[in-house]
This record gives sequence, C-alpha cells and structure tokens, in this order.
Amino acid sequence: MNWGSAAEFFAMGGYADYVWGAYGITVLVIVAELLSLARRKRTCLRRISRRVTLQESER
Amino acid sequence: MALNIWRFASPQVIYPIAGRMIPGFMLAAAVLALAGLYIGFFVAPTDFQQGESYRIIFIHVPAAWMSMLIYVVMAFWCAIGMIMRTRLSFMMALALAPTGALMTFIALWTGALWGKPAWGTWWVWDARLTSELILLFLYIGFLSLHAAIDDVRRADRAAGLLALVGVINVPIIYFSVQWWNTLHQGASVSLTRAPSMASTMLAGMLIMVLSAWMYSIAASLMRLRIIILEREADADWVQEQIVPIAQGAKP
Repeated sequence: MNWGSAAEFFAMGGYADYVWGAYGITVLVIVAELLSLARRKRTCLRRISRRVTLQESER
Repeated sequence: MALNIWRFASPQVIYPIAGRMIPGFMLAAAVLALAGLYIGFFVAPTDFQQGESYRIIFIHVPAAWMSMLIYVVMAFWCAIGMIMRTRLSFMMALALAPTGALMTFIALWTGALWGKPAWGTWWVWDARLTSELILLFLYIGFLSLHAAIDDVRRADRAAGLLALVGVINVPIIYFSVQWWNTLHQGASVSLTRAPSMASTMLAGMLIMVLSAWMYSIAASLMRLRIIILEREADADWVQEQIVPIAQGAKP
C-alpha cells in the first residue's frame, strides 16, 4: 500500500493536478463518447420510425 | 458443407451479432480497468525519479497504442472495402475513426500533463509528439472528408484513400524515438529485451491496455450498429424488425 491516508492518495505526492487532470479528462471524454452514441442512435431510430409511419399512412 | 463467410459481410447479419457482443466487451473493459487501476495506484510503487507523476502512464501508453492500432485496423478495412467492394468494410472503418481520434486526443492530453512535470514543458515539436498530432489530424481529416461528400460510395472511397495514404504515419510515430533525437523517451516495452520498469507497473499498464482494447471494440461496435441503421434505413429488415422493437411493440 502506497498511501497512509485518503488525503495522501488525492495529493499524489504533489502531482495531483497532473495525475487527476489526466484521469479526469479521460473519464469525461469516454462518458461524452457513450452519451453521443446513445443520442445518435435515438435520433436515427426516431427518424426511421417516422418514415415508416408516413409510408403506412400513404398506403 | 462450406460455411459461407460472405454472409458476415452483410450488415443485416452483423447487426444482431454485434449487438450481442457489446455487453461482454463493455463488462470486460470495466473489470479490467478496475483491476488495472487498483494495481496502478495501490500495488505499483512510487517511481524513484518521477514520484507519483508517472502514474499517468496507466492511461497514456494504452491510449497511445490504441490510437495507432485503431488507425491500422481502420486503414485495413478501407483497403478491403476498395478491393472487395464490400459495403460493411467502409462502415467498420467509419465506426472506428471517432474512437481512434478520441484515443489520440487522450494520448496527447495525458502526454502534455506528464511532460510538464517530467520535462518542464507541456509540448515540444519533437518527432514523436508531432507525428502523434498528425495522427489526430488524419482521423479528423478522414471524418471531415467523409462528411463533406454527399454520395456515400464516393465518400467511402475518397476517405478510404486518405486513410490508406496516412498509414505511412504510423511507423513514423512508432519508430520516431529511434530515428530522431526526441525529448520523448524510447520504448519501455519491447519484444526483444526485458522491459525497463518494475513488474507491477508493467502488469498494471498491460491490464489497462487490454481494457482499452475491450472498450474500443465495444464503442466501435455500438457505432457500427448505428451506421448500419443510418445507411439501411430504407431496407425492409430495418423497418420490419428494428423499428417495432425500438417503438416498444412486441415483435
């Protein structure tokens, strides 16, 4: 175990900004990718189902 | 009886298969990330030169490796698409590009945050950093070029050609630390000699590399399914099978 306490862990031996800045942005970017994928899928399915409804009403 | 492998070049066949594979890859990515981070933060010792700042390695190296590997795979699918004229190949390439760009960005960002404490500078125009930045521009160029051309087939071929020409940059990135005098250090891990780092550091890093693999596969498959839906919106199988499920109706 490298750390005596939680505070010591978060301080990262004085490199907190660098280490947590690296990890924080990585998590943020991954979450953003997953959210944008979910939104893109929703939009796509909505557009297709609207088209299907339109075709059915024309028949 | 020969198994017809061309069946797997069909978007309709791949769509449900990809869908079933995604949860497994995502779960593997999460479990491996937890294990890798545990080893990286709690088992691997403090570096005697760099202190705790070296712990950025557990995302920096996996992201940098993935950024190059994804590009090669993307270019491979572009080549297959051009030779075999399979639609799905270009969809695969297009599904990989944003995740590759994201990995490149993470590699550059974490590299800057590591460079500052290690070298005293966020950025330097040395061969390794510059060629990795060019990789980011290649991903962005691939996606922009594809988006700029309305006809999908022409967009596939034009962007595919760009991807293939850009492959030359990948060995340049990889060997830049040998070919030029770079501020960036040489490879810590290679097939021909023992790694120049503590074994627990190496274990944590390699587990994070596996996690990055699993995540990239999962995210790319998710995007592949969306691209299939977008391109096959007029196909009967989409309108008859996918849309009713999405609307919550019983199939």
